[in-house]
Amino acid sequence: MLLATKKAHAASAHSSSNLAAVCRGIEKSFGSGETRVPVLRGVDLEIPAGQITLLMGPSGCGKTTLISSLAGLLTPDAGRIEVLGTDLTRLKGGKLVDFRATHLGFVFQQFNLLTALNAEENAGVPLLVQGYSMSHARKTARDLLVRLGLGKHLDKHANQLSGGQQQRVAIARALVHSPQLVICDEPTAALDAEAGQTVMKLLCELALDGKRAVIVVTHDHRIESFAHRIYRMADGKIVRMENRVDSQQPSREHTES
Amino acid sequence: MYQVALKMLFGDLAKYLGLVFGVAFSTLLVNQQAGIFVGLITRGGSLIQDIPEADIWVMDPGVKNLDTSFPLRDTELARVRGATGLDWAVPFFKSTVTVRTANGELEGGLLLGLDDTTLIGIPQKFVLGSLEDLRPPDAVAVSAEAYRRIWPGEKPVQGKVLELNDRRAVVMAVVDARPQFTSSLTFYARYSRALMYAPTGRNKLSFILAKSVPGTDLQTVCDEIHRRTGLKALTSEQFRWKCIEYILKNTGIPVSFAAVIGLGIIVGVAIVGLLLNLLILENLRQYAALKAIGTRNSKLVKMVLLQALVVGGVGYGIGLGAAASFFEFAGNNDPNFKGFYLPWQVAAGSAALDGSIMILSALFSLRKVLFVDPAVVFRG
Repeated sequence: MLLATKKAHAASAHSSSNLAAVCRGIEKSFGSGETRVPVLRGVDLEIPAGQITLLMGPSGCGKTTLISSLAGLLTPDAGRIEVLGTDLTRLKGGKLVDFRATHLGFVFQQFNLLTALNAEENAGVPLLVQGYSMSHARKTARDLLVRLGLGKHLDKHANQLSGGQQQRVAIARALVHSPQLVICDEPTAALDAEAGQTVMKLLCELALDGKRAVIVVTHDHRIESFAHRIYRMADGKIVRMENRVDSQQPSREHTES
Repeated sequence: MYQVALKMLFGDLAKYLGLVFGVAFSTLLVNQQAGIFVGLITRGGSLIQDIPEADIWVMDPGVKNLDTSFPLRDTELARVRGATGLDWAVPFFKSTVTVRTANGELEGGLLLGLDDTTLIGIPQKFVLGSLEDLRPPDAVAVSAEAYRRIWPGEKPVQGKVLELNDRRAVVMAVVDARPQFTSSLTFYARYSRALMYAPTGRNKLSFILAKSVPGTDLQTVCDEIHRRTGLKALTSEQFRWKCIEYILKNTGIPVSFAAVIGLGIIVGVAIVGLLLNLLILENLRQYAALKAIGTRNSKLVKMVLLQALVVGGVGYGIGLGAAASFFEFAGNNDPNFKGFYLPWQVAAGSAALDGSIMILSALFSLRKVLFVDPAVVFRG
């Protein structure tokens, strides 16, 4: 059964709220006993739909752990994560995997394209995961890749594309199945300044086109101008939130407790 | 996703070819050696197969195989003929002989003495001549391999003279006989004539060949013969398996072939297991990305198993084809391989073995895929 039908149920569930994702009191530690290391210490986070949210902070502050939890790839020790109206902590096994396949899109720092597939096939993978045919997946991916300026590179493999081109293929892959939440982990880290700006511009244009929520984990201050909201993390906590939707509003500062 | 799995497999051509080679080599070795093994040990009973007219063999109770016959008294033939359920019984003589070839060299061979009247005991396929050509006093038939060894390079013709144990014999027929375990040179003469070529002691009869009345139970007839005469009576099939069993238990052949076949399996497992593991390890990050994107573990398992089965199928096909070609070529061009073939049971067994190796190798490699943390794709 195609997973797309499940999308309608989730969409209707959260249509009443403008928040694509909400985290409340998220705690996560690794190790046990004396080697136990707390990575997230009670994180509260809200990701509005139709906006770009940046998650920034020094290395080791817990950004990757937080988005892994948001994506359902890690289970927090405490707290609640609601994505598109669904409590992720209550989803287990195959249902969690299916939810991810249907509603989430990913852009990775290292692109993680399948080397055996060309650009068109790579971009269509999420549709194949959902059970669509290769021909349908390729056609849908082709349209996106053309919009991303890769119309002449459809049959090229990852090792034949530049970093920027590979990341654009990754963006197409993240959007091809029309997810409502796109999670980007350092999307510009492996790119030069110009390529990074191009990628962010395209991401914003296409991602926000469908009123999607986009969360971007980054160290790159050059892309702050693309954000509607910025969360700054340190030592496993949100220490500052800047809401750039309305620049007139002062930013909310979170005090450490 | 199955198309993705196959593209991932074929995308790494070096490993794919290495995997196919590993399976093909292992399949070839296992099938070729097993086929030769089967061909070799079944030669222990090939003389019995060459005499399909008889379905019962009667012999001294101490006889264990064709090569260790003990002479029976001539009167035993009449006693056997008196058993209920028998259609006929004829004498059969077996002895070794020495023959001088056209080059002056000596070869050892087998001399079989056939019933003077019916000539039962000779293979039914004649390459040259016929049964009637064996009626003249000095007439003998030889196996095709015997003719080739005695007169190498010459086309079979009637009238060739040779010496069997220093006595004159005239080749009047050539038969297509199955090679035997101890010798491929076989000579056939009438019973009375054979006794002259290979004189024995007081008792001369090696075996008694018999045929049951159609519709009677073979085992019942055998039991009746034993009860009446005290001799051992076995069906042709029983005696054939006894001869094969003797070779299995009293020679190093099974161990030798088992060692080679075992090595073939180990090499196959090693190559396939190693390369499949490498293929998955090198693609582990991509599998993690697929898991992060939303591919279930069950789908990944099926993808890897599909890759394993494709490799196994292609490699098995190539290996089996090579083994079959070997037997076809060797059987047609080398008389030493005459009668060797690839039994379907061996091919089926090696298919099951290959499949098991592929599945086990895949499952072993899959552990890494199943337990890889998809969050690893978020780390640089």
